[in-house]
Amino acid sequence: MNSIRLRSLPHLLLALFLTFAGTQQAAAQDAGATATVKKEGVVPGATDGATAATAVAPAAGGGDAAAIAAGDALFKTNCAQCHAVNEVIVGPALSGITKRRPVSWLLPWIKNSSKLVASGDEYAVAIYNKYNKQQMPSFALSDTEINSILAWVTAEEGKSANVAGAGVTAGNAAATDGQADAGGAEAGAGKYVDILLIVLVVVLIVLVVTLVIIGNLMKDVLRGRKDLDGRDVEILEQRFDWGKMYRSPALRGIVGVVFALVLLYEGVQSVMAIGLTQGYQPTQPIAFSHKLHAGEHQINCAYCHTSVYKSKSANIPSANICMNCHSQIKTESPEIKKIYRAIERKQPIQWVRIHNLPDLAYFNHSQHTQVAGLQCQTCHGPIQNMEVVYQYSALTMGWCINCHREMPVNAKDNKYYDNLVKLHNTKNAGAPFTVSSNGGTECSKCHY
Amino acid sequence: MKYWKGIEELENAPEFMQSAFAEFMPVKESHASTDATSAPRRDFLKLMGFGVAAATLASCETPVRKAIPYLNKPEEVDPAISNFYASTYFNGADYNAVLVKSRDGRPIKLEGNPESPITNGGLSARAQAAVLSLYDGGRLQHFAVKSGNGHQQIEPAVLDRTVRAKLAATTGRIAIVSPTIISPTTKRAIAEFAARYPNTTHVMYDAQSVTGLLQANGGVVPSYNFSRANIIVSLGADFLGTWISPVEYSRQYAMTRKISRDKRSMSRHYQFETAMTLTGSNADIRVPVKPSEMGAAAVALYNAVTGAGGASAYKNDKLTQAAKDLNANRGASLVVSGSNDPAVQALVASINQALGNVGTTVDLAAPSYVRQGDDARMTALVNDMNNGSVGAVIFYNANPVYNHPLGQKVKSGIAKVPLTISLNDRLDETGMLCQYAAPDSHWLESWNDYEPKRGFLSLGQPVITPLFATRQGQETLLRWAGNNTGYYQYLRATWRALTPTDAAWDKVVHDGVATGTALAPAPAMTAAALSPAAAVDQIGRAAKPAANAIEVTLYEKVGLGAAGCESNNPFLQELPDPVSKATWGNYVAVPRKMAVDNQWEQGDVIKVTANGYSLELPVLIQPGQTNGTVSIALGYGRTLAGKAGDQVGANAAPLATATANGLMYHNVVTLAKTEAKSPIAQTQTHHTIMDRKSVVQENTLAQYIKNPKEVTEYEKVATPDGLEKPSKVSLWQDYQYNNHHWGMAVDLNSCIGCGSCVIGCQTENNIAVVGKQEVINRREMHWMRIDRYYSSDHHKDEFETVGKVGTYTAMEDPSDNPQVIFQPMMCQQCNHAPCETVCPVLATTHSSEGLNQMTYNRCIGTRYCANNCPYKVRRFNWFSYYSNEKFETVNGHMFTDLGRMVLNPDVTVRARGVMEKCSFCIQRIQLGKLEAKKQKRRPMDGEIVSACAQSCPTEAIVFGDMRDPNSRLSQLLRREDGERAFHALESINVQPNVTYLTKIRNAESEFFAKENA
Repeated sequence: MNSIRLRSLPHLLLALFLTFAGTQQAAAQDAGATATVKKEGVVPGATDGATAATAVAPAAGGGDAAAIAAGDALFKTNCAQCHAVNEVIVGPALSGITKRRPVSWLLPWIKNSSKLVASGDEYAVAIYNKYNKQQMPSFALSDTEINSILAWVTAEEGKSANVAGAGVTAGNAAATDGQADAGGAEAGAGKYVDILLIVLVVVLIVLVVTLVIIGNLMKDVLRGRKDLDGRDVEILEQRFDWGKMYRSPALRGIVGVVFALVLLYEGVQSVMAIGLTQGYQPTQPIAFSHKLHAGEHQINCAYCHTSVYKSKSANIPSANICMNCHSQIKTESPEIKKIYRAIERKQPIQWVRIHNLPDLAYFNHSQHTQVAGLQCQTCHGPIQNMEVVYQYSALTMGWCINCHREMPVNAKDNKYYDNLVKLHNTKNAGAPFTVSSNGGTECSKCHY
Repeated sequence: MKYWKGIEELENAPEFMQSAFAEFMPVKESHASTDATSAPRRDFLKLMGFGVAAATLASCETPVRKAIPYLNKPEEVDPAISNFYASTYFNGADYNAVLVKSRDGRPIKLEGNPESPITNGGLSARAQAAVLSLYDGGRLQHFAVKSGNGHQQIEPAVLDRTVRAKLAATTGRIAIVSPTIISPTTKRAIAEFAARYPNTTHVMYDAQSVTGLLQANGGVVPSYNFSRANIIVSLGADFLGTWISPVEYSRQYAMTRKISRDKRSMSRHYQFETAMTLTGSNADIRVPVKPSEMGAAAVALYNAVTGAGGASAYKNDKLTQAAKDLNANRGASLVVSGSNDPAVQALVASINQALGNVGTTVDLAAPSYVRQGDDARMTALVNDMNNGSVGAVIFYNANPVYNHPLGQKVKSGIAKVPLTISLNDRLDETGMLCQYAAPDSHWLESWNDYEPKRGFLSLGQPVITPLFATRQGQETLLRWAGNNTGYYQYLRATWRALTPTDAAWDKVVHDGVATGTALAPAPAMTAAALSPAAAVDQIGRAAKPAANAIEVTLYEKVGLGAAGCESNNPFLQELPDPVSKATWGNYVAVPRKMAVDNQWEQGDVIKVTANGYSLELPVLIQPGQTNGTVSIALGYGRTLAGKAGDQVGANAAPLATATANGLMYHNVVTLAKTEAKSPIAQTQTHHTIMDRKSVVQENTLAQYIKNPKEVTEYEKVATPDGLEKPSKVSLWQDYQYNNHHWGMAVDLNSCIGCGSCVIGCQTENNIAVVGKQEVINRREMHWMRIDRYYSSDHHKDEFETVGKVGTYTAMEDPSDNPQVIFQPMMCQQCNHAPCETVCPVLATTHSSEGLNQMTYNRCIGTRYCANNCPYKVRRFNWFSYYSNEKFETVNGHMFTDLGRMVLNPDVTVRARGVMEKCSFCIQRIQLGKLEAKKQKRRPMDGEIVSACAQSCPTEAIVFGDMRDPNSRLSQLLRREDGERAFHALESINVQPNVTYLTKIRNAESEFFAKENA
């Protein structure tokens, strides 16, 4: 009876453990799912505001819903940096804008506000002065596009009126959809698992102690019995021969080989890791949070990294870009004061460079973003979750080459590739037209 | 025909033969540890052990790198995107409209401005290299005042105050000395200065004076149009290399030299000259003439052309033939002369007048302003300085102590002038003697305008903030004149009439060039033009040197120039002379006969004496040098130029003759051998693997007119099926090119050998400068070289009459006046590349676009590829040229942060121990492709060009995609296939992607007749 109980205990423990592990994994998956959701939120493919907008614009005439959808996209790419519907950010809240001003006034204002101010339009001058003489940049939007933005704003007004009491703006609610819940779930699951684990450890310790006590008790009981024969006594009194084990050549051999293998493995790993800085997460001079800007506020990557679609380098934003918003927002924050100080002292901010390719490798951002249409996250990882940015990818040559071997060329609607795709398909029907099948793994594509 | 590459080869000297087939000279290393006694094995092991340990330790910590953005980013500047700004390069001699490639705010390369009607997108080697001078650490970095033997820093305001007070107190004459200034606004600023200090005179002088030409044409240089000339006769004018406006003339000249099936005509070019110049080596008919005979030759030509009769001491049937040709092409011919003798120039002007060339090839209505120096004014000033009548002198980018033949008198004169000021960019030979130095900013840091020709304007704009505490010279002069306007405002005011609106002004700034005139007419010359009769008379009366006297002619180098203002530019110091292929220093070029007679060998140092001045330079045996003459280049022997330029060669300017008629760049000299030897760093005489038949081909125009299909000899190889094209027999599999197939064609007919491509390539590709000793060691790094071959007058068909041995001996016999052919040679990007198969680590591989790729980070430096390359175009990094202190003086721009600003960030700086070579400017190809992909289209033809093709003033190099049937290159190759198109060393079937076009000469030559028979 006793022995049965003892034998079943490990099974029970195993089952318990598996259950907990399962819960934990599920929680982790939850977190992962949030990441994907958020990733889609910051799709930089939409950065090219003009193209996205033009693609959407023709549909705008189709119906109200389409116009509102187009307006949504346009608003997020063009206006959201400075405007919200019910809140003053940099510029005025847009709620009721169509009631305040006629569309015939709004069109020239959005296209070129400075012209209107210069022309001496009374309302324009008033609004210009009211908002600290902050010039609204001119937008090369068509009338249809502006109308769809206005349609969206009107639609949002209606929505927000319903939840106005809650004090959450529609835009923000849309942006954070589900994220807070997911975050909460993640935090909740984490706490739950911790408690379970602690309980489990305590239970285990109690079990072990109990078992030892039971074992000793039973030995004492047996020693007390006189009807045991010599063999039983031997078994009862036997002690483990550590010395014999130590002297065993087989064991020594196995341990030796395992040790040598581990040493070799570690050695190779550490040699291969020389110069590798994956996970490098230096402290930056200003505690800038990508999680806040790219994640929560959904600011397009290219709003700050202005040259990512046109240049080799995805530039680190200059202080004047920070000031586009921070001349108005959170001006009291000690971190943002550092930017003010830099500007006053005319000393550029010295960020610590995280992604360091060796000089012998040529990498061009625009080739990968503009031509290949890759997401920033493909190489930079979940940047929208990073409070402090770290190097996500290995940035080794093998890592580059692997992707070039597997990744199909983004040849759609690109006349450069038309003939190449045709030639490729006639020869290797079925095989994808990857970067490497277009010569993308040749030395002098990256080394010169 | 046999080509030989130098005197050594011709003579088959045993030392030469020993090393002839080695690509690299065996060098006794004094700086490497190969010697067993200096580095035994144990030391090596110890060092290696330490090295490994140190490397391991060093690799433990990755250095922290910073990313520093702008504080306030200019809208048009994006990191890693190059912007091009139009500007103008004019250093007092050479005018070029340029586009400045500015990367992250740093100018890194100059390219020709295609908008310019004068230079049409061409750029001289000198201008290509000029970007390096911006980052020259030898420039004076602040205002300075003389104290003791040196200068010490002074605040600009203090200097201004002192100088203004001293100028106001000056009683004598105030002189501003400068080279030719073609800037209307600068002249206005000088005029304003002169208005404030009424005793001021502005004296311009040219380092290579053309006073004679100016005098014969009413104070201006006529505009020449070589493109409309069927017959070109040059009496010593090196118009393709250095004379007046070489880029403009080269382009025009090349237009008359380009031929095709549909245009089977070309100009005929006669050259009468003393030294073998770039122009002479391109001439169809070249006649060596002594400097003292040049006048008589001009008289003879004048007589023959005009039929004026009269006798001339000079007789030459080639001259008679030239006169006949000229008369047959009235109105479509051109005679030019490089002589500074007003009488010769007067005759040349009359010849052009008589031929009716004025209005067609000679344009007096829109004259060129790029030379305005008047010898008489400068000589008068030098005398005035010495007699104490000059109260103040301001040297404005002028260094007469060094580059004027009366330099010593200038030096003694400066000591007698109470107030001496230098606006020169450095404390050079002249600046060092001046009391005050207010250094001028570099032209890439300055605003300015230019009028190189009447009616043609050009603008210079700054592309970088002044690197040092310098100030534009014009602004300095204005301040002293009491005008505190910034020079930009001042310039804008000058242009107000031409560009009333801001939009018009912006367009001029954008284009860099404009039409309109702003320059006041040039001041009259001190002496009036001579009539032809007076000229003939004057030449007749001129004193003749004795028949056995040795005459020297002083010439200007294509790269360095005569003024010495580019001396501290290592790119130009290492640019091989187009003809002699010598780098780093000048030499006495002597004809072979003189060397044999005097038992001189190349490199023997001889002492040259004239005018009581003597200099010592090594001898270089120069085929084509006129018998009884020697020639020496100007522009060398600087003492205060900077690290790279000091003590290179010797200054030959004092050898010039100062006569009543102006400065003559020739003289009678005495030569004496010294015991010393000084090797000359030549880039050719090695790479002799190229000395095989079918490397370079040429033929006559007569043959081309008869049948274009018979001008090129295509080699066949023997196969079982009979003689076949080499490409029919191959062990190799052919590549398939789906996307692009890059290729290049070089027209040997329009390549003039100027070397612009060599420097263009060097700036584009961060190619190291290696210095004199390493060039001697045959380790120069130029990816692109221009092979120069001399020809000899003998041919194999003399075997029967003279016998094999006799013929070979005759072929080795140096002709006094050989024909020259240039062949640009760079990596041929072979489709069946021999280098690729021998690389043990696959560091050199073939790309899907036909390129032979070189991967530096994979290369382990076995140098097998270089050994297996039939064209010898691979270059090995024997040293870390960017950090080995041995190269600090010559390759300084790779050592300091200042100098490194010029490097092209898209191209790796190669480390020691790796091979490098021409990449067809892969970075430019990749950029062009990327731009096309971004715009979702195929690249357009002409959008992607290599740096050499881009810089070629004569468009001899065509780069393009051979897969694109409509590209210029494809069309050219289709047209020339079977006619002039050939591959170098076709028989070895490496199938290069570079195609050459056979050179055609417009000359009736005996040996061509034989060859074609």
